[in-house]
Amino acid sequence: MTHEATSPQFKENAHAALADVELQRSLEVLETNFIGRRKQVADKLPEFDALRDAARDIKNHTLAHLDLYLEEYERRVIAQGGHVHYAVTAADARSIILDICRAADAKLVTKGKSMIAEEVDLDDFLTEHSITPVETDLGEYIIQIRHEMPSHIIAPALHLSKAQVESDFRRVHTNLPPDRNLDEPEALLAEARAVLREKFLAADVGITGANFLVAETGTSIIVTNEGNGDLTQTLPKVHIVLTSIEKLVPTLEDVAEFLRVLARSATGQEMSVYTTLSTGPRRPGDPDGPREYHVVLLDNGRSAMLGGQFRDMLRCIRCGACMNHCPVYQAIGGHAYGWVYPGPMGAVLTPSLIGIDKAGHLPNASTFCGRCEEVCPVRIPLPKLMRFWREREFERHLSPATVRTGLAFWAFFARRPWLYGLATDLMARTLALMGKARGRFRWLPLARGWTDQRDFPAPQGATFQAQWRRHR
Amino acid sequence: MNGRDLVFASIRSALGVNGREAPRREAVADRLREHPVGVVPRRGHLPPDQRVSLFADMVTAAAGSVTRVSAAADIPSSVMEFLRRHNLPLTVRRGDDARLAAVPWERERTLELTVGPSDGQQLASVSYAFGAVAETGTLVLASGADNPTTLNFLPDNHIVVVDANDVAADFESVFARLRARYGERQLPRVVNMITGPSRSADIQQTLILGAHGPRRLHVIICD
Repeated sequence: MTHEATSPQFKENAHAALADVELQRSLEVLETNFIGRRKQVADKLPEFDALRDAARDIKNHTLAHLDLYLEEYERRVIAQGGHVHYAVTAADARSIILDICRAADAKLVTKGKSMIAEEVDLDDFLTEHSITPVETDLGEYIIQIRHEMPSHIIAPALHLSKAQVESDFRRVHTNLPPDRNLDEPEALLAEARAVLREKFLAADVGITGANFLVAETGTSIIVTNEGNGDLTQTLPKVHIVLTSIEKLVPTLEDVAEFLRVLARSATGQEMSVYTTLSTGPRRPGDPDGPREYHVVLLDNGRSAMLGGQFRDMLRCIRCGACMNHCPVYQAIGGHAYGWVYPGPMGAVLTPSLIGIDKAGHLPNASTFCGRCEEVCPVRIPLPKLMRFWREREFERHLSPATVRTGLAFWAFFARRPWLYGLATDLMARTLALMGKARGRFRWLPLARGWTDQRDFPAPQGATFQAQWRRHR
Repeated sequence: MNGRDLVFASIRSALGVNGREAPRREAVADRLREHPVGVVPRRGHLPPDQRVSLFADMVTAAAGSVTRVSAAADIPSSVMEFLRRHNLPLTVRRGDDARLAAVPWERERTLELTVGPSDGQQLASVSYAFGAVAETGTLVLASGADNPTTLNFLPDNHIVVVDANDVAADFESVFARLRARYGERQLPRVVNMITGPSRSADIQQTLILGAHGPRRLHVIICD
């Protein structure tokens, strides 16, 4: 069973999400836990905005020299006794990993949190090939036993309540006594910790992602809070880093800049608990650590993005700030987006990876309020990039007929300013007159999308343009 | 073409380059050789004593605990005090680190000390940090023959000793020391930067300490 993208059904997904009471309750934490905390730690660091500029510039420089930094990175990994594998497609990545697992005679694979593993749908593939993957990040573990995709890139189980987690644990951990109290998150965590501790110690291969790759030293870096990524990569005999080509940065000094913006933007922490720099396999005399160290570098359409309008998107460090601050994400959560990457970053990235024909709704699901761009630690102009996708969708005649007719109608007036002024003025007057009694409309022709959910306020006088002319 | 060739060809075609342009190669070589320092927050740039205090405050803010001792001879009693406070067995495991070996552990007769990596059976471990960063309260531990990585993650209680002199203002200072110790373009197999004890907020966004790693992190700053 693999995860099919449901992005083409975005509208239906969104309607279902709006009606999902438990999901709506879960989404309430975004304001307090993510937006509030980010603001607090950002305000405490006077250099925060300068660091964001620096982070943007480092990524721009790296992307412009990506081929050369990749060569340098690869050379250092090999010099330390590691292996570098290149995966053009998701299928390539899966088969490279399967080969490494088979060579290690692996039955059990532990996994740290990796969005690339979600992107290539690794867990289902390994299972089909008789290898048992176990997600060890608590949130990923929960969605793995539910066979769901993450609903948030850094908080995969954000959509669930503790009661839902409890019922999943009781379903899967069949040796749990029915009278065991699992009311509180602490008890659920203790249960997961005990189950996963055994897996860490028994695993043959550990797979992690990487937040950054350092060209200077051939180092991969993971940033976590639980410590699961470290146990995943330290205990088995083989460590596989599954990552993608745009994770590269030149030097350790460059890493420092990213560390300062990443945790603050993501969870509102000054620093995540564990930042781990890994360089090659176990060395002579080392009492622990993996015997083999493999890096699988996924392209999957990224190199093509370097050449076009979407290069800026390759700066993304996957902090999740854009979705935390997005009014659309806040209303519907991540699953409605229908694939691995939700929110504004997903609305830009998903069409690049699975095609605009499937993901066309996503860049349209934005109010263009601009908060995502305001908080992005690497200053990706997300609204502009979503607009590029809307233009492409229109050019390729993928937009629905109603949208095209509506736009053509509007364009007819917009190209004739005198007529536009006349028509809007007339409409404003008519609506003002009709809505005089109530001050608002419960129903308007051609505007049910608006009036089904809320009233439409009646215009209070002249149009904006007319008022502007008067006040200027 | 194999995967590697395809990826490089695709990157170069998208960038409109062939990879042999001298100015591009120089820009990359210069950056790797000079590793220029970027924006560094002023926060950690304080006189030594205040810097160590800031470090201690940041560790505490990250839910770790801190004691400051005036000499290595006081480390054993500080370890004992931590174990007793949390009602733990008086047993710790440590690596073969020379600085830890030189500590007069015999002063605490009831403290049982074992040496080696962890197999998950130990409740407490003690490590010696390579350095620390005052800016964020971060410990920096380097792996090696004497410093098993498993001691940082498997035991429930992690005690870390750091020399006050090794508490730096910022990350860049610690990276510079790593380069001085291990060489240009080299790092130890693992560098663990640790800021507080393990935690998770994955169940209903409720923060809980001790997810998979240690639930307690105790730092002993040695003057």
